[in-house]
Amino acid sequence: MSATTSSVFKRILPQLIILAVVLALNVIVFPGFLNIEVHNGRIFGNLIDVLNRGAPVALLCIGMTLVIATRGIDLSVGAVMAIAGATAASLVSDGHHWTTSLLGALLVGSLCGLWNGFLVAVLRIQPIVATLVLMVAGRGIAQLITEGTILTFIDPGLIRLGAGTIIGIPTPILIWIALGAGAILAVRRTALGMLIEAIGINEASSRLAGINSRVLLICVYAMTGLCAALAGVIVAADIKGADANNAGLWLELDAILAVVIGGNSLLGGRFSILASLLGALIIQSVNSLILLSGMPPEFNLIIKSVLILCILVIQSPKVGHLIYMLRASSLHVPPPETPSRRVLTPKEDAQ
Amino acid sequence: MKLKSTLLASAVTLLPVAGLAADMTVGFSQIGSESGWRAAETTVTRQEAESRGIDLKFADAQQKQENQIKALRSFIAQGVDAILLAPVVATGWDQVLEEAADAEIPVVLLDRTVDADESLYLTAVTSDLVHEGNVAGQWLVDEVAGEECRVVELQGTTGSSPAIDRKTGFEQALDGHDNLEIVRSQTGDFTRSQGKVVMESFLKAEGGENICALYAHNDDMAVGAIQAIKEAGLAPGEDILIVAIDAVPDAHLAIAQGEMNATIELTPNMAGPALDALEAYLADGTTPPKWIQTESKLYTAADDNQAVYEMKKDLGY
Repeated sequence: MSATTSSVFKRILPQLIILAVVLALNVIVFPGFLNIEVHNGRIFGNLIDVLNRGAPVALLCIGMTLVIATRGIDLSVGAVMAIAGATAASLVSDGHHWTTSLLGALLVGSLCGLWNGFLVAVLRIQPIVATLVLMVAGRGIAQLITEGTILTFIDPGLIRLGAGTIIGIPTPILIWIALGAGAILAVRRTALGMLIEAIGINEASSRLAGINSRVLLICVYAMTGLCAALAGVIVAADIKGADANNAGLWLELDAILAVVIGGNSLLGGRFSILASLLGALIIQSVNSLILLSGMPPEFNLIIKSVLILCILVIQSPKVGHLIYMLRASSLHVPPPETPSRRVLTPKEDAQ
Repeated sequence: MKLKSTLLASAVTLLPVAGLAADMTVGFSQIGSESGWRAAETTVTRQEAESRGIDLKFADAQQKQENQIKALRSFIAQGVDAILLAPVVATGWDQVLEEAADAEIPVVLLDRTVDADESLYLTAVTSDLVHEGNVAGQWLVDEVAGEECRVVELQGTTGSSPAIDRKTGFEQALDGHDNLEIVRSQTGDFTRSQGKVVMESFLKAEGGENICALYAHNDDMAVGAIQAIKEAGLAPGEDILIVAIDAVPDAHLAIAQGEMNATIELTPNMAGPALDALEAYLADGTTPPKWIQTESKLYTAADDNQAVYEMKKDLGY
């Protein structure tokens, strides 16, 4: 057990260090960053905001990690968020109970996922193309549901999912932590995680080994749809309205980025949901840094991309090897192997 | 033989239509359904045409210029009396506008202008974005009446012309009033959720009690920010003054509930002044000015916002 814990810790160590560095930058920019107060029975502070505002991407990246582990990708999650938010809002404004609306939205999200899974697993369409279909069409479907307006609602039960608190903690935080923990337990305490990794590494041989890869793939995409639907309901509940045009816009890219920052390979295979969730928190901390810095908005995207680039460069295997070499030479230890110059591409060589 | 009879039949069916359309037929090429305001503009244009007994031919371009050009050509082929055009982009209109000019069909631009020779269109009916920002700033200057006030600003999408112009106009109004200072300015992308997120960070970075007013480039961001202010335990509209632009129904509701202080209307009724100008032009050739500026009306708690809300909520916002 302790061996497992230490190996998990070793796996997420780079993400923990990066998160600590970005949070430290936040503290430098805004010294009151770590302050946590209680206002009207609600925990209030920048750290809580990072956890709270990171909820949509955190939820998305749970499903996205699994899909990417099967060597797939799901571009439609942002659009599914919009559809789910619109469904929940329209059901609740038709007078249904908020639990019915939530279940309806989750059902619709899962159906979207099933559709993606069907295209990928049964029709064998490449995942990036298969999910692009829903990415483009989904926002239109959401607009049909809301009839092009921002569909507002006042149901306190539904609103509590996004803007409310449970024992003082904003509900979205509890939701993503619970779903994340549940997913990690499901894939690591059973053989599920290993089966998903097997599909990602070599689907043909996994099938020969007796894995029903088709059903498993469909389930993974349905799970991603479910996560996206939950994120969509939270986003809609947060602003008490379903904004089909903007809900979840470009969030699929943040979710993929969170998975990549979490050190997961886009080529599938071994994965860590915990590391992806840390990736989501890193992205949100970068967003928070931008907002607190008080820089003009023209710099937002530049700051974000420079920080993300730094994170990815630090994580790149080549740079890791270089750091190892530098450390080794300073300790006068002979290097284990020298990377051949010939493996460098001309572009890298020029640098 | 068959072709000939088809032609004859269609000529017979078309004739009475041409005779009936003696009143006025206007073609309207709308951009598409890009926002609630756009939907309201379409509704109001239909209402304006109907109340004047004008036969409005509506074409939705689904955000594509090529569709708009096709629609314009079909209007010209149908021989409409005039064309209303809400152009999706500014460039690339010269040729089709020349075709309309050759057919002696006046074209009126709605809401946006084009980069083409002024002689190619009759007039352009638009709001003045800088003026809107100016009205908002002037309201705030009058409201605080010389007291110290730290203002936070929620900008529109970075680089968009409404964001740039509404910022410029607001700053012009604040110029020379040293008691007002913009302490934080960040983009909220014109959306509710970003408005809320960015306001949360403003409240923490500055401290809620140190912010005296919020200026948002549109109402949606203000509505999001109101929720953030409430969650921080402050009273929007009292502890923090809120002024925004657009006058969408939800903003009127917020003002009626005392959670917002002022909004400046971007009127969806661009067609009213346009049709007025067209009717005068077609009746006796009165040439309107090349630019008709719509009114940027200021709504505050002094107006009956509940009534305006009831009136506006069905326009399609």
